[in-house]
Amino acid sequence: MTLSALLLRALVVLLVLAGVGYALPSWMQFMLTMAMANGLVSLGIVLLMRGGVVAFGQGLMSAIGGYAAALVFLNWGITDAVLLALLGGISAMLITAPFAPLLARYRGIFFSMLTLALSMVGYGLLVKTESLGGSDGFNMGRVTLFGHALADDEVRFGLYATTLVLTLVSAVLARIYFLSSRGLVTRAVRDNELRVEYLGGSVSQTMSLNFVLAAFLGGMGGALAVMVLGHIDPNFSYWTTSGEFVFVAILAGSQSVVAVMLSSLVLEMVRSFSSAYFPNTWQLALGIFLLLVIRFMPLGLGSLWSKTENPSEKQS
Amino acid sequence: MITTLARRALTASVLALLSHNAFAQETFKIGIVSFLSGQAAESFGIPAVNGAKVLVDAFNKGQAPAPYNKPGIGGMPIEVIYVDEAGGATKQVQELRNLYERDKVDVVVGYVGSGDCLAVAPVAEELKKFLILYDCGTPRIFEDNTFRYVFRTAAHATMDNVSMARYLKARNIPVKTFNLINQDYAWGQDSRKDFILSMTNLYPDAKAGVDQLPKFGAGQYGTEISALMSQPADLVHSSLWGGDLQAFVLQAGPRGLFKKSQVVLTAGDHVLPGLGEKMPDGTILGARGAYGLMAPPSPLNPWFWDLYSKANNVYPVQAPYRMAQALMGLKLAAEKAMAANKGKKPSTEVLAASLRGSEWMSPGGKIRMALSNGQQAIQDSAIGRTQWDATKKMVVLNDIQRFDAECVNPPLNVKSEDWLKSGFAGAKCDAKPAAAAKAADKKPAK
Amino acid sequence: MNLALTIAIDGVTYASWLFIVALGLTLVFGVLKILNIAHGSFYALGAYVTATLVSLAASWALPPAMSLVAMLLAAVLVAVLVAPLTERGLLRFFYGRDEVLLVLVTYAMFLMMEDLTKLIWGANPFYVSEPYGMFGNIDIGNQTYVGYDFMLVALALVVGLGVWWGLNRTRFGKIVTAVIHSAEVASSMGIQVSRVYMLAFAVGIFLAALGGAFTAPMLSVQPGLSVGVIIISFAVVIIGGLGSIEGAAIGALIVGLARALAVHVWPVAELFSVYLVMALVLMFRPQGLFQRIQARKI
Repeated sequence: MTLSALLLRALVVLLVLAGVGYALPSWMQFMLTMAMANGLVSLGIVLLMRGGVVAFGQGLMSAIGGYAAALVFLNWGITDAVLLALLGGISAMLITAPFAPLLARYRGIFFSMLTLALSMVGYGLLVKTESLGGSDGFNMGRVTLFGHALADDEVRFGLYATTLVLTLVSAVLARIYFLSSRGLVTRAVRDNELRVEYLGGSVSQTMSLNFVLAAFLGGMGGALAVMVLGHIDPNFSYWTTSGEFVFVAILAGSQSVVAVMLSSLVLEMVRSFSSAYFPNTWQLALGIFLLLVIRFMPLGLGSLWSKTENPSEKQS
Repeated sequence: MITTLARRALTASVLALLSHNAFAQETFKIGIVSFLSGQAAESFGIPAVNGAKVLVDAFNKGQAPAPYNKPGIGGMPIEVIYVDEAGGATKQVQELRNLYERDKVDVVVGYVGSGDCLAVAPVAEELKKFLILYDCGTPRIFEDNTFRYVFRTAAHATMDNVSMARYLKARNIPVKTFNLINQDYAWGQDSRKDFILSMTNLYPDAKAGVDQLPKFGAGQYGTEISALMSQPADLVHSSLWGGDLQAFVLQAGPRGLFKKSQVVLTAGDHVLPGLGEKMPDGTILGARGAYGLMAPPSPLNPWFWDLYSKANNVYPVQAPYRMAQALMGLKLAAEKAMAANKGKKPSTEVLAASLRGSEWMSPGGKIRMALSNGQQAIQDSAIGRTQWDATKKMVVLNDIQRFDAECVNPPLNVKSEDWLKSGFAGAKCDAKPAAAAKAADKKPAK
Repeated sequence: MNLALTIAIDGVTYASWLFIVALGLTLVFGVLKILNIAHGSFYALGAYVTATLVSLAASWALPPAMSLVAMLLAAVLVAVLVAPLTERGLLRFFYGRDEVLLVLVTYAMFLMMEDLTKLIWGANPFYVSEPYGMFGNIDIGNQTYVGYDFMLVALALVVGLGVWWGLNRTRFGKIVTAVIHSAEVASSMGIQVSRVYMLAFAVGIFLAALGGAFTAPMLSVQPGLSVGVIIISFAVVIIGGLGSIEGAAIGALIVGLARALAVHVWPVAELFSVYLVMALVLMFRPQGLFQRIQARKI
């Protein structure tokens, strides 16, 4: 697909979703906004998954982005939603950048466990930090949009639209990145690292870059989530939160960016309805859903409509 | 055959129409959120929900004693939706929105976890919907924010540790050194801080010794117990609860910790029915209010005690009491508002004005919405000492002492931490003599 | 009393408990290459079944020593009834998939088992604490210890040696080792790999349930039991090296002693001492301390 076709498609999607979102009841707008914010975090995981590693530490990235956005809001008076989202992404990126080359050396289960361990260390630090509210976290006020204060009936849609725009921009950029030379080298790394090195590519640089980009997406997703929720706590960094992001990424598969957002929405909906209809057994319902997805969607939702990749490749 | 079938179908549809009409009657919809799974379920969530179930049932049948004897709320039947609080604050924010906007509840009563309370309160406020926090402990809700539509119908956690320290002083229990063991998260950290500050006020020469902060949910305390016993102190303070507290008692008891030091458990009453004989005698504990075996004499308590015990085969401990006082306060406030509104359901604004600053009797004593612009309750608390009663086959509480609400809660417009640091400035405690050893007129559980 | 001795005793008793609980996890990973998040759920299941059996034994007025037999029986029951069901009925469909995918499958299992145990046993706590007092108290210096904790040390030794002997000195053990090294080659040699998987999984589950069974007297058996052990078991097996029994033992000792040290000397650090050790080991020796060297396929 050419760049202009991609942009046109994105524009159409933006208008359609914005229109649809405007008409939805407030609780659905909220759910969609959260789905997109979480989808961004999972997009970071997909980025890394294309390189063959599964990161269980994206929760930490979203926590860093979220806490950064909330603290900047409270202490430095920066209230613009877009600015805060970008700040969240940048702060996660800056904190990760020194460690990226180190982390890029690990693979498989060890990478996953290392990121999980680091995410839990982050959790522990946040719980112990009483000035940040400890395990209870703290609240954040209402954001503004380009200098305009959001009234009570504007805030839901305002945040929805902001998240929608940022998500689409990230999606387009991600797609461009996947098809760039670095993105293609990432795919090669997943298949066979040794050959990539022999052919002159740098596995370490590629994976480090992926890691940093994933951190940016995670941080931005976390910042958006905090703005929508109005509250942040250390649970953002807990391993089960990261596990849910990973699940969404696996459900989506590594073919399609749209699938990531859809999967995120599916998870939100299943969680919400399990909770409503099975208040005592929602975990059972969720577990069964997870199993069915993993069993019957081996390449993720994206494989339903994407045929750009070789179906006989190693399953994700 | 066809005619039978047709007849059945007709009957069914008529019945459906009739029942639809019956439910077409307006109901007062309450969303109740508490822990139905996870570690807080067994100790706080499920007992509270059980309390809600029997109470709502009694309310709907008009069987509660005065002034709660009107059926339903002002004649309107109460309909309840139960939601599990497990899953984290993020999920709870979503669930709250669903309750108000999708399920169209009139009021939400909920939340045990302080983190959840802090997260959901601003949401209710933003939506201009009515929210009652019935259980969570952190003082931060109203000290860090102002709300119009969010209420807490129970005293916050500062009361627990102040009461405990005052009990020790009133009983002249010597404390030169004290050790602490609390869970390492906001609840445990705050309890520990509150207790240390309270002790500084009442026992200025006492020194804090071993200060253990095990992980929440650790379950294995062998090492911590060794640490507590290798530097034994006069007192061991703990705000442990639920499964962690049960494990701690089971592991520390046989090792003699309870004999070497006086153990005080600020929120410990809920483990008594289960632990029974395993709870060492002489343990001083609180219930975060005058609840259960320590409830004050009133016509409400024996009624509630029986109502709960019959349905659940166990006597009510703190959680169902707190739920009861929330629902009772809500019922009275709503009925008062409806009376002024020709029996129609009150708006959030009117309901809030009705509950604000009100007071009512509950099975745990009088509840007064006295702090934070009339939106934060204060209530009396009680501390007692355990003893296994072999004939009744249950743990009873002796040496019960109740403390006036204004003695153990901060006064109006003073932040809890400041109040503790000021040496309880403004507290109104008359020197109450040691209360009678038997507490109130409740019947012992079978 | 000598602080070092207290730390050593606390470290060793805690490590023994950890070892029993974590051994099954490392075994299952070594053979089936599955990092089983639901390990904690099987542990909880062992505790629940123990609670049921021990109270049955008490109601039949059997002598107290029978409660130990009941605990063993509980673990066996869980292994015999639940393990084949899980392995054949669920895990089998996911073999050959990515390791991380299997982790998510076990996470789904964990969610399901949480609610299933709650449905079967309810939310009320069970107490099965009579066995805890069976071994009396032991006074060392001015500390009183419960004899039961030392019995666990003995149990850990027995279990560890038993598994080691089973793997290294029996014919079946050699077959399992072959499968660990390469399932493909073992299969082409005529070994029924699926049967090995099932039996190895059953043993892993048995060990998890055994851990739960013998822990039950120390605490109240209630929902939420499984969550406490998952992360700490992970830490132990990661530190020791996935798939290695000696590694699990050393990992347990390291975690136990580190924790004992933190609790006695610097309690503030206790919360993340375990994660920190885990992260450090992963950074400097990711295969753990005892992981077998695996040939990398080009």
